[in-house]
Amino acid sequence: MPAIGQPAPPFALPDTEGALHEPGAAPATVVVFTCNHCPYALAWHERLVAVARDYAALGVRMLAINPNDAERYPGDSPEAMAARVRAGEFDGVPYLRDESQGVARAYDAKTTPDVFLLDAQGVLRYRGAPDGDYDDPGQNAAYLRDALDAVLAGREPDPSETTPVGCSIKWRVGG
Amino acid sequence: MELLYWDGCPSHPRALADLREAMGELGLDAGAVEVRRVATEEDAARERFVGSPTLRIDGADVCDPGAEPYSLTCRIYTRRDGRVSPTPDPADLRDALRAALRAAGSP
Repeated sequence: MPAIGQPAPPFALPDTEGALHEPGAAPATVVVFTCNHCPYALAWHERLVAVARDYAALGVRMLAINPNDAERYPGDSPEAMAARVRAGEFDGVPYLRDESQGVARAYDAKTTPDVFLLDAQGVLRYRGAPDGDYDDPGQNAAYLRDALDAVLAGREPDPSETTPVGCSIKWRVGG
Repeated sequence: MELLYWDGCPSHPRALADLREAMGELGLDAGAVEVRRVATEEDAARERFVGSPTLRIDGADVCDPGAEPYSLTCRIYTRRDGRVSPTPDPADLRDALRAALRAAGSP
């Protein structure tokens, strides 16, 4: 995993329409590994999209990445991803496909969701859960919001790392 | 009572705690839960396991799994307020336990 304070791995991944997206060109970029079929990812989803919406005016970008093996888990297929985007569930957040799982491996992503916050220079500033309880919408992705506020103010997030909570990433067998 | 789980999903300790709490509220022995690990796709098919955690009372799932395929995955539950959750609504657990007690002829 890239260490806190070190450059995060660059990448360029396609969204559900095929357009490539990469982190950067923003005061902060949130990279969220997520998926369609995990109850933790779904429980946190609205809170994360709300963060993207609330911080968009400050120039913050959010990129959602689905790295799961869609052969074993068809619910994570590109078609199923596109259906969620068409249904408006991502509200301006590009939903990217990590077909090779190389980006998830480069980030050492563990779960869906697993949140990484990069500053304007692409340095990793926060990694972990959106907040302390998937079951409490009132927590409002507080870990991530606090980390974003810190980065935008030029401070170090505290904490800079929490334990990601969710479904294990579905790696390809033998991959 | 039985709880089936898969290691790739971290939800079963909470589900087990919720189940035991509901059993305790109804005067049942909260220790009488058989906890079994499902480790392979073959296990999942044999156990009719549609995701972790799966809770059954006298062989009946506490929440209808519908037509979900047998698989090593995290199970999606819907709380009574409509929220998605990795664990069943505790109220659903209590209702399932009460129904099982009624079926068994308990007052």
